[in-house]
Amino acid sequence: MTGLAALADACVRELGERAVVTDRVQLRTYECDGLTAYRCIPALVVLPETTEQVAFVVGRCHELGVPFVARGAGTGLSGGALPREDGVLIVLSRMTEVRSVDIADRRAVVQPGVVNLDISKRVAASGYYYAPDPSSQQVCSIGGNVAENSGGAHCLKYGFTSHHVTGLEIVMPDGSVERFGGRAPDPVGYDVVGAFVGSEGTLGIATEVTVRLTRSPESVQTLLAAFNGMDEAGSAVSAVIAAGVLPAAVEMMDALSIEAAEAAVRCRYPAGAGAVLIVELDGPTIEVEAQLADVEEFCRMAGAFEIRVASDDVERAQIWRGRKSAFAAVGRISPDYIVQDGVVPRTALPEVLRDIAALAQASGIRVANVFHAGDGNLHPLVLFDESKGETERAEEVSMRILDLCIEHGGSITGEHGVGHDKKKHMGRMFSNDDLDVMQLVRCAFDPASLCNPGKVFPTPRLCGERPGRRTGVHPLQEAGLAEVF
Amino acid sequence: MEVVTPSTIDDLATVLRDAAATGASVDVRGAGTKSGWGAPGRPADVIVDTTSLNTVVEHAEADLVVTVQAGTRLGELQRLLAGSGQWLALDPPEVAATVGGVVAAAASGPRRLRYGTPRDLLIGITVVLVDGIVARSGGKVVKNVAGYDLGKLFTGSFGTLGIIASCTFRLHPLPAARRVVSVSTEDPAQVADALARSTAEPAAVEWDGRAAHVLLETAAAAADPQAAEMAQLLGSDAVTDVVPASFGRRPWQSGDIALKVTHRLSCLGPAVTAIRRRWPDAAIAAHLGSGVLWAGWPAAKGLTSAELDDLRAVIASYDGTVVVVQAPPAVKDGLDVWGPVSGFAVMERIKERFDPDGRMRPGRFVGGL
Ligand SMILES: Cc1cc2nc3c(=O)[nH]c(=O)nc-3n(C[C@H](O)[C@H](O)[C@H](O)COP(=O)(O)OP(=O)(O)OC[C@H]3O[C@@H](n4cnc5c(N)ncnc54)[C@H](O)[C@@H]3O)c2cc1C
Repeated sequence: MTGLAALADACVRELGERAVVTDRVQLRTYECDGLTAYRCIPALVVLPETTEQVAFVVGRCHELGVPFVARGAGTGLSGGALPREDGVLIVLSRMTEVRSVDIADRRAVVQPGVVNLDISKRVAASGYYYAPDPSSQQVCSIGGNVAENSGGAHCLKYGFTSHHVTGLEIVMPDGSVERFGGRAPDPVGYDVVGAFVGSEGTLGIATEVTVRLTRSPESVQTLLAAFNGMDEAGSAVSAVIAAGVLPAAVEMMDALSIEAAEAAVRCRYPAGAGAVLIVELDGPTIEVEAQLADVEEFCRMAGAFEIRVASDDVERAQIWRGRKSAFAAVGRISPDYIVQDGVVPRTALPEVLRDIAALAQASGIRVANVFHAGDGNLHPLVLFDESKGETERAEEVSMRILDLCIEHGGSITGEHGVGHDKKKHMGRMFSNDDLDVMQLVRCAFDPASLCNPGKVFPTPRLCGERPGRRTGVHPLQEAGLAEVF
Repeated sequence: MEVVTPSTIDDLATVLRDAAATGASVDVRGAGTKSGWGAPGRPADVIVDTTSLNTVVEHAEADLVVTVQAGTRLGELQRLLAGSGQWLALDPPEVAATVGGVVAAAASGPRRLRYGTPRDLLIGITVVLVDGIVARSGGKVVKNVAGYDLGKLFTGSFGTLGIIASCTFRLHPLPAARRVVSVSTEDPAQVADALARSTAEPAAVEWDGRAAHVLLETAAAAADPQAAEMAQLLGSDAVTDVVPASFGRRPWQSGDIALKVTHRLSCLGPAVTAIRRRWPDAAIAAHLGSGVLWAGWPAAKGLTSAELDDLRAVIASYDGTVVVVQAPPAVKDGLDVWGPVSGFAVMERIKERFDPDGRMRPGRFVGGL
C-alpha cells in the first residue's frame, strides 16, 4: 500500500468515512480556489471537525512525508489553497463552532471554519462587530482570513486581520498543538500570532482563533461623489487626508467599472461620471457630522458634480452595492478578466492610473479600475476575450501593472496574497537575503517543508543553511538529493 | 567588553560579521531607557550602541509614512513630524528612547487604546542578523501582504533575534482638538464599565491610582460637546484641555520593583485587587480598556519567587501574565522575570534559526533565550 493509501485508511478509521474523500469526481470539487486558472486534483481530501483530528492528519502526513494544504472556504485569489496531486487537502469548513463570545472581554473564540460575517451577526445585538470586512465576508472563513491577513474596505481606519486576532491555536507541521496569545493583550515571548497571520498556510494550521470585537459606531455616514475624471476624484481624496480626516473607507471606481456595475446591479450612480468616490465616516455622531461637512466641501472643491449622502441603511447599501459587485460585474462587459491586486503609495495613484491607461491604450486591452483609494490598494480588472486570443496580452498588461507598483515603491499584493500566483514576482520586491531570512521562519515551523509547500516563495533555501551564502545551484540539489521547488 | 557605535547600516553589518568571526556575544543598546528590562542574562563581549544610526531616511508626508534609522530618538522624531501636523501614534513615557528600542521592547502608552502598539504601526523593517546579514520585510505602503512579516517577530524580541536597523511606520495626523475629563476613583473598573456601555471613542483612558483621565482627541467642532457628554457620563465637572503630568507615567522610580500585568478586559477590578491585597502600598497605573496594568513599589519591600508565583497563578485565571520589568539585581537574580510562556517550544526553534549560537543578548529573553 502506498503512503497515501495508508493515510486514507488511517483517516477513515480516525475521522470516519464521511470525513474522507477519495473519489476522483468528488476530489475534483477541490481542484482550485477562487483563482481558477490553476487547478490540481489532490490525492486525498479530509474534512476534520476537531483540533485532535487535524493534529492526527497532520501528524500522519509528517510521519509519511506527505505534503498537505489547508483550505477554508476556497475563495482565495492567489492560488494559496491550490492542492498538491501528491498531497492531502485539509478542508476546515466543518470546523464552525463559535467556542465563546465574551462581550465584556471584547473577544470571541472561534473555530477556523466560521464564516467572517457570522461573527458580526452573533454579536450585533450587543452592539459589537468583527471589523475586518473582505468583500467575500459572507462566505470566506476566519482561518482563511488569518492565513491571508485579509483586509476589507474599512481597513483604512480599522486595520487588517492582524490587528484583530489576539490568539491562535495552531497545529504545527509536525502534528503538535501549540497555543499563542489569547484574550489578554501582549502575550509574553515572540509575537508568533503576528508572524503566523498572513503566512498563507505555510506555517501550520490554525484550529482556533481569538478575535477582537469592536464596538459598533454611534453613527455612520456614507457619501457618494461623482466626478468627471479620476484626477479630480483623486485630489478630493488628497484633500480629505491632508485635512487629517481618517474615514472608515475611501473607495474609487472609474467609468468602465461604473458601467459594469450598472449593467450588473443597476446601482444608479450619477450618469456620465468619469469617476465615483465612496467615502464612509463612522464614530461618535458629533464628530462624524463635523467631518462629513468637511468631506462634502473637499469633494465640491475638487469638482464633484453630484454628491449623495445616504439617509438610511437602505440607501447606504445601494451606494455600496455597485462597489461590492464590481469584480463579478465586469463579467457583464467582458467574457474573461483578471483581478489584479497591487499597492502604490497613495500619492502615486494619479501617475500610476495614467500609466495604466497608457498601457491599456497601447495594448488594446481594457482595464477597469476599482480600488481602495485611501491606502493606494489597486484592483485593476484586466478585461479580455480568450476566444479572440487575447489571453497572453492581458497577462502581459496585468504583469506590467505589478511592475508599476514595484517601481513606485509599492507592493505586489495588498490583500490577496502571494500564494502560487505571485511567487515568481517575490524576487523583484525582495532580495535573496530578505527571502532567505523569511525562510528561517519557515524552517523554524516546518523544517520538512510539508506545509503548503511551493507557495509564497520562489526558490526557498533548504533548511539548515544560513542566508547570504547562495552561490549557484545548491549542491544537494545538483546531486539530485533534494528538490528545491 | 567593547562598545561600538556604527553610524551606517553597512557599519553595523560589519560589526556583526566581525563579532561572528570571533564568536563574540553581542548586546544592543539604544538610549538605555529600558536596559534594565528583561532577565539579567550574561554579559556580552560587544555592545552595539545604535544612537548614531539616527537618520530620518524618508518622511513621505502626504502618504503619512516615515522611515527612520533605529537609533533616532522617539521624542526627536515626534518633534520633526509635528512640524507637518503628524505623529507616530506611540506614546510610551520614555521619550528619550530610540525608535529601535521602542519596537524591540514593544513599548506602549495610554493611546494604545486607539492606535495599538508598535506591531500595529510598523509597516516595514530592516534588520541585521547576528552574522551580519541585512534583511528587509514589509515596505513603505500600509497595505501589503507580500512575504512573512519579520517586523512582527522583531517587535518585542528585546534584541534577541538580531538588531533592528531601521523601521518604517504608518503615521497619523495630530488631533485637531483635545479634552481631558477626569474623575477621582479608587475603582477603575467602574469607569471602564461606564465607558464600555457608551459609544464614546476616547483616544486613551488612564487610571493613575487615584483618578481616571479620559482623553478625547477629536475634530475641533466635536471637542466641547463630547467632553460635556463624557463629564455627564462620569459624573464629573473636571474638564480641561491640558493632559495631566501623571498621564501615562510608569508608577515607579528607578531602583523600585516594577511589574507589568495583563488581563482579560472584564477582570480589571480583580487584577487590581490581586495586586493591592499582596502589596498594599504598591503604586498602580492602568491603561483602561487595553488590559494592561503597571505596578511598582520600593525595593526595600522586596519580591520573592513564591510571591510572584502566587500572583501569577491568580492573574493566569484572568488569562493574563506578570512580567517583572525592573528590579534591583539582587532581587531579579532569584526570579523568573518573564514567567511561563505558552508556545515556548516554537519560540525556541525561532531563536535557534535566527541565532544558532545564542550570541544575541544571551539569556535576556523568555526561558533563557
Ligand atoms: C468575490 C471576492 C471578493 C474578495 N474580496 C476580498 C477583500 O475585500 N479583501 C481580501 O483581503 N480578500 C478578498 N478576497 C479574497 C479571499 O476571500 C480572502 O483571501 C479570504 O481570506 C480567503 O478565505 P477562505 O476561507 O476562502 O480561504 P481559502 O481560499 O480556502 O484559503 C486561503 C489560504 O489560507 C490557507 N488556510 C485556510 N484556512 C487555514 C487555516 N485554518 N490555517 C492555516 N491556513 C489556512 C490556505 O492554505 C490558503 O493558502 C475576495 C475573494 C473573492 C472571491
